[in-house]
Amino acid sequence: MAYLDHAATTPMLPEAVEVMTAQLAVTGNASSLHAAGRRARRTVEESREALAESLGARPSEVVFTSGGTEADNLAVKGLYWARRAADPARTRVLASPVEHHAVLDAVHWLAEHEGATVEYLPVDAHGRVHADALRDAIERNPHDVALATVMWANNEIGTIQPVRELADVTAEFAIPLHADAVQAYGQVPVDFAASGLAAMTVSGHKVGGPYGIGALLLGREHTPVPVLHGGGQERHVRSGTLDVPAVAAFATAGRIAAEQRDWFAREIGGLRDALVTAVRAAVPEAILGGDPASAGRLPANAHFTFPGCEGDSLLLLLDAQGIECSTGSACTAGVAQPSHVLLATGTDPDLARGTLRFSLGHTSTKADVEAVAQAIGPVVERARSAGLS
Amino acid sequence: MLPADRPLRVLAAMSGGVDSAVAAARAAEAGHDVTGVHLALSANPQSFRTGARGCCTIEDSRDARRAADVIGIPFYVWDLADRFREDVVEDFVAEYEAGRTPNPCLRCNEKIKFAALLDKALALGFDAVCTGHYAQVILTESGERELHRASDMAKDQSYVLGVLDDRQLAHAMFPLGDTETTKEEIRAEAERRGLAVAKKPDSHDICFIADGDTQGFLAARLGKSEGDIVDEQGTKLGTHEGAYGYTIGQRKGLRIGTPAADGKPRYVLDISPVNNTVTVGPATSLDVTSLTAIKPRWCGTPPSGPGTYTAQLRAHGGETEVTADLLNNELHVHFTEPARGVAPGQAIVLYDGTRVVGSATIATTERVAAGV
Repeated sequence: MAYLDHAATTPMLPEAVEVMTAQLAVTGNASSLHAAGRRARRTVEESREALAESLGARPSEVVFTSGGTEADNLAVKGLYWARRAADPARTRVLASPVEHHAVLDAVHWLAEHEGATVEYLPVDAHGRVHADALRDAIERNPHDVALATVMWANNEIGTIQPVRELADVTAEFAIPLHADAVQAYGQVPVDFAASGLAAMTVSGHKVGGPYGIGALLLGREHTPVPVLHGGGQERHVRSGTLDVPAVAAFATAGRIAAEQRDWFAREIGGLRDALVTAVRAAVPEAILGGDPASAGRLPANAHFTFPGCEGDSLLLLLDAQGIECSTGSACTAGVAQPSHVLLATGTDPDLARGTLRFSLGHTSTKADVEAVAQAIGPVVERARSAGLS
Repeated sequence: MLPADRPLRVLAAMSGGVDSAVAAARAAEAGHDVTGVHLALSANPQSFRTGARGCCTIEDSRDARRAADVIGIPFYVWDLADRFREDVVEDFVAEYEAGRTPNPCLRCNEKIKFAALLDKALALGFDAVCTGHYAQVILTESGERELHRASDMAKDQSYVLGVLDDRQLAHAMFPLGDTETTKEEIRAEAERRGLAVAKKPDSHDICFIADGDTQGFLAARLGKSEGDIVDEQGTKLGTHEGAYGYTIGQRKGLRIGTPAADGKPRYVLDISPVNNTVTVGPATSLDVTSLTAIKPRWCGTPPSGPGTYTAQLRAHGGETEVTADLLNNELHVHFTEPARGVAPGQAIVLYDGTRVVGSATIATTERVAAGV
C-alpha cells in the first residue's frame, strides 16, 4: 500500500492517539464549575496554549471549531456580517479563485443570500495572488470592502501565497484578511502574529490530529457574528461544548508537527522531489502543477496533469495497484468536475481533467515513491488509451 | 471473446437497484475480479429518488456504493452525463420531434453501457461489462456467443439488448439471466447477501424524466406547436399542442369532442411532423401487414435470405410471427397476422426461438386499410 493522499487526511500521530484515548475516559464539561469541569477546562486551556505557541498566536486568539470548514465559514460569513453591520456600504468580498470550497461556497452563499458582491482576485499561472492585484481591487473603492480571503497554501497544486505582502496591503485600508492555512500548517512556517492576518483557519486531521476539530485564529480586535448560537463558549463567537479529547489531541499533533517542520520540509520534501523526478522520467509529457520552485510550494505536494488522460481512469488504475492518491478536484456524488483551481490558472478544461495529486506526509517512505515510479508509466499509457469519455 | 479458463476483470455497472447489485455479487462470487461503477448520467442529479425513476439520483449512487461495500468490491462513479445527453436524451427528443417513437433504454444499451462504458472498460484492462439485465448469453458448441431470452419470460429484457452486435456481446455478462431466476428469487437472494437494496422498488419510468411526464418533458424542449387532429378523410376533429406528444396506437388523451360516427374508440394512426397533423381512426386502421426497418444490427451472422422469425416490437410487447428479408441493408418484414401499435422509431427485434437474431429501427409501415 502506498498512501499518497495526506492532503485529504494524514494518519494520526501515535502521541495524539494516546492523548485522545486517555481523555475519552475522563469526565468533565469544560464549562462546568466543579472540579471535573475545572479539570476539563485546564486540559482545554493547556491545549489552547500549546496550539497558540505552535502558530505564533496568543492563546486568546484560538477559537476551537469542528474543523476547517466551520472555521472558514465563521471567518468569511462572520466577518462579513460584522463589517456590514458596522457600515452597510461594506458588501464587497475579495477572494482568490483558487480557494477551497469551504471558502468559495461560503463566499458564493453570501452573494446569493446576503447581498455580497464577490470579486475574484486574478492569479498567475501558479495560482498565486499578487499584492498589486489585491491593491488594485481594493482601490477601486476601499470603503465598500468587507473582507478579503486568500488561502495560505493551495490544497490541490500546493502554491504558497505571499500572505504577509497581502496583509500589508489590507492593513493600509484596515480591511480584515482571512487565510485558510489548513494545508500550510505543519508544512511551512505559519506565524499568526507575524502574518498580519485578521483570521486564519487550521484543522486537526491534516496535521496528525483527529477529525472533527479545527480552529479559527482570530485577532483580538475582531468579533465575527457567530454562525452557531448557544452557550457562548469561545469568546461568544463559537458556542458548543468543547470536545476535550479532540482539543487535547489536536494540540499534541499541532505541537509535534510544528516541532518537526524542518525535518518534514527536508525529508518529506526530498521524497516529493524524488517522486516528481520519477514521474517526469516515466512520463516526460506530464505537467507539474503549481510553482516548480521549492520555496513556492508545499514540500509534500506533487500535482500533475497527464495530457489525454482522464483523472478518474488514472486513479482507478493506481488504486487497483494499491497506490492511493487523488484527482485533486472536488466531487459531487463522486463525480469529478474539472478543478476550479486549474481553470483559474488558465489550464485548458480538457487538460484539467487529467490531473493527479500525490500528497505525502509523515508516514511516507521511499517505497511509496518507488511504487509510483514503477506504476505510473504503464498506468498513464493505459489511461490514455481509454481517452476522455 | 471472453476467456473461460481464468477469472475475468469485470466492470459491473451498478445503478443502485437490486438487479445490478445481485449481478455484481454473483460475478464476484464466481471468482471474477469485479469493480463496481455507477454511471452518473444526469448533469444535475436530484438528491433523492422519486417515484419509480431508475438510477440517476445521488441516493441511487449511494445505494450502489453501499451494495459494492457489502459485496466487497472497489466502487467508482463515472460521469457519462455528456455522452448520455447527446446519444440518448437528445436522440429521444429529436425522434419524437420527427414523429417517431424512440426507446431510450435500447439506445442507452447500444451507445452508453455497451459502447462508451464498454470501450472505456476494455481500454482500462477489463475483460467484460456486467449488468443486471435479464437475458442469457449461451456459448454454443462451436464457441459462439448467442443472446437468448431470460428464463423468466415475465422479466425478460433481451428486447432492449437486441441492439448489441457481436463485438459488444463478446464482452457482455448477464449473471441474472444465466440461471432459472425469477425477480422474487433475486430479491430473496439480495436479502440473503445483506444487500439493502433488496426491497427497493423496480424502476419502470424513463430515468431522465423525473416525474414520469414525458409530454411535459417534450413540451419544455420542443415548445407548444398547435396543429390539427384529423380523421382518415382529413376532416378536422380537434387540435393538439404538439404532434410530438402522440404515439401511434395511442387512445387516451386525444381530447376530441365529437364521438366517431360508428361510436367506436379512435386511435392515433399517423403523426406528421411536416404539416403538424395527427391522424386518428378506428382500431382496424392500425393493423400493419408489413414494415421496413433500417440500421439493422445482428447478434451473429446476418440472415442471408428470407426467413421466418418471431418478432417483438415493444419492451413489454408479445411475440408475433413474421417473415423477414434483408435487402440493401434494409429489413423487410411481413407479419403473418396483422400487428397493431407499430410505430416508426421503435425497434423490431427478431428471435429464432429464444435466440436474439438481431434488431432494426422501424422506418415505414404498411397498413391493411388504405389511406394512411
